[in-house]
Amino acid sequence: MQPVYLDHAATTPLDGRVLEAMLPYLRERFGNPSSPHAVGREAAAAVDRARDQVAAWVGGRAREVLFTSGGTEADNLALRGVLGALVPAGRDVLVISAVEHEAVRETARSLARTGVTVREAPVDEQGRVDLAALETLVDERTALVSVLRVQNETGVVQDVAAVAAIAHRAGALCHTDAVAAAPAERPDAAAWGVDLLSLSGHKVYGPKGVGALWVREGVPLSPVLTGGGQERGRRPGTHDVAGIVGLGAAAALALAEGAAWAEHMRLLKERLWCRVAAAGDAVRTGEGVATSAHTLHVRFPGAPSDSVLIALDAEGVAASAGSACSAGAVGPSRILRAMGVSDEEARCGLRLTLGKDTTVEDVDRAGEALVRAVEGVRRRRRVREAMA
Amino acid sequence: MRVLCAMSGGVDSTVAALLMRQAGHEVVGVTMVLAPERDPEEEAQAGGCCSLADAQDARRSARAIGVPHYALDMRAPFARHVIADFEREYLAGRTPNPCVACNRGVKFDALLEKADELGCELLVTGHYARLAPAPEGGLALYAAADPDKDQSYVLYPLRREVLDRLAFPLGGMRKAEVRALAREAGLPVWDKPDSVELCFVGRDYRDYLARTRPEARRPGDVVDTAGRRVGRHAGVAFYTVGQRRGLGVPPGPDGGPRYVVDIDPEANTVVVGGREEAMRDRLRVEEMNWLAPPPRPGEEVAVRVRAHGPLSRARVLPPEGDGTLDLALAEPLFAPAPGQAAVLYRGERVLGGGRLARLGGTVAAARA
Repeated sequence: MQPVYLDHAATTPLDGRVLEAMLPYLRERFGNPSSPHAVGREAAAAVDRARDQVAAWVGGRAREVLFTSGGTEADNLALRGVLGALVPAGRDVLVISAVEHEAVRETARSLARTGVTVREAPVDEQGRVDLAALETLVDERTALVSVLRVQNETGVVQDVAAVAAIAHRAGALCHTDAVAAAPAERPDAAAWGVDLLSLSGHKVYGPKGVGALWVREGVPLSPVLTGGGQERGRRPGTHDVAGIVGLGAAAALALAEGAAWAEHMRLLKERLWCRVAAAGDAVRTGEGVATSAHTLHVRFPGAPSDSVLIALDAEGVAASAGSACSAGAVGPSRILRAMGVSDEEARCGLRLTLGKDTTVEDVDRAGEALVRAVEGVRRRRRVREAMA
Repeated sequence: MRVLCAMSGGVDSTVAALLMRQAGHEVVGVTMVLAPERDPEEEAQAGGCCSLADAQDARRSARAIGVPHYALDMRAPFARHVIADFEREYLAGRTPNPCVACNRGVKFDALLEKADELGCELLVTGHYARLAPAPEGGLALYAAADPDKDQSYVLYPLRREVLDRLAFPLGGMRKAEVRALAREAGLPVWDKPDSVELCFVGRDYRDYLARTRPEARRPGDVVDTAGRRVGRHAGVAFYTVGQRRGLGVPPGPDGGPRYVVDIDPEANTVVVGGREEAMRDRLRVEEMNWLAPPPRPGEEVAVRVRAHGPLSRARVLPPEGDGTLDLALAEPLFAPAPGQAAVLYRGERVLGGGRLARLGGTVAAARA
């Protein structure tokens, strides 16, 4: 039987149309966009077109789009770049939330070692950033506030527009990592009022190894890499033309079709929730607050997620806990712990993420397999406890 | 049968899993992630996480033998049982054995729990030890066929009732055969060196302790067996009974080298003496775990006090302490270190084991 893939937050399949757009740049159109001849100009035209496509998606201008190697690099460039530019001006504070992706969290820790003051805003029980607490952390020394739009593990949506308003009131800039939001929602930098926004290609049916940082015109940014002056010196290095073309094509698809994808996925997500709730005692993370259309995060107390995932894998269902360590082991989720979930229950979280091409059959099969897996693990644990 | 194979990334556990698969079992391969996660930048500077490297080796090996593989997070129980015990024992002037602590508190219990959750009937590891029917019924633990690789010593803390849930496929094999099998099967780890360091400690446990437990730096006197001060020490945690190097004391009256013959944590002293003064003719073993009917006083057994040390003949003495076992050695033994495991054998069979207690002042030299 075909495996069911419900781990689109890890990565998505490349859309066939994106692949077709990329292929010429992996074959005959091999030019370097920086070269001053026809072969180079052909590649430069492709990069410019992709820049237009990404700019249109985020509601910005083409000159505001920097291409990177992915979401992690975009986050690094945003945090290191803004702090690098503003610390000399006396703004040496970085404010992040307690539920940031590692790309932001670890970069903040790294900056803290260089003398930057990092403050962390807590979240409530539903995983939403506590805006009142955030406001008290942002002051005239704050260079940047970075809060992700959608939490990559739980799918909980943050009020980024309110975060940006808080930052701006103190004269600080605002960055959002929109990598986990983009598969189900337009990363609308203009509407949110943010100053920097990170994107990744492979989460939205584009290729791996490419991403973008949108930087509002006029925002000071020190480069992290130094080299040949590409991307106006802000991100030097020969362009990955095929990857950039792929990201542009994916952005164009998402802009045209994203609303329909989101509607499709939200219906399937509710269907999946009905199916998995049959396992009993299922707790839906972010119940009652806005969550991303493609992410269903559930906790099954008494069924540790590592065992459930192994059982699901054996049934051909790919899912995730969303909280593996670097070696791939599923531990208690730091995101759930930040929401006040007990250590025990923080080991029982499952992240099921849908894609635009997920079907009703996929959801029904995965739901049944998940109920079997959870009940199996719980039953065997009960037997074990009874024997002890 | 569905079986859970603990795969460390080394050649032994890989071949153990391979043998189970070749025998037709449904193998689920798992790697325990034990060492605490360090700060990623620190990790990268240190050359990368050893847990990660091992898990990746295990994943490659699992792929090579065609079994699914997963990493399991066991950092919390490892920190609670093994790392805490390791630090506490050294601070108390004893010499811990973290492999034993892991087998006692983490590895088998946690993996059997996972085996149960996953519906696996057996837990399989690459240990060199054998399980076979005991004369009195049930299963017994025996030394491995390869005496150079025998690991029955570190397995003594196994609870007797779990023996029938375990399998050690390498118990009857020699290491050279295991490597040859791995090579034949095209396993990438066939020539990976045996692991030697403690992952969470690094090269020198003293640096580790000084970093993680600053209170270990508690200087005191080095004294001889007559109580005369002969030098200073940096903290009892940094010394081990039997240690000769790095004591910074002059040679003894006989001109021979000095050894640590005792550590007194209450007095905060390290006692040094000549080789004869480090000999012991009695052992006291605490926290005994029995894997066989306990021997009666007067019975003769063999005892091992170091992982690859020799077996010594000993006679069981009438019990003195609560739950402790006292042994009279047929021949005095050099520097058995309090905290280390003492494991009793009758022939090849492991009868049980425990931790060596400190027997203050029972210096065999006095008898000589």
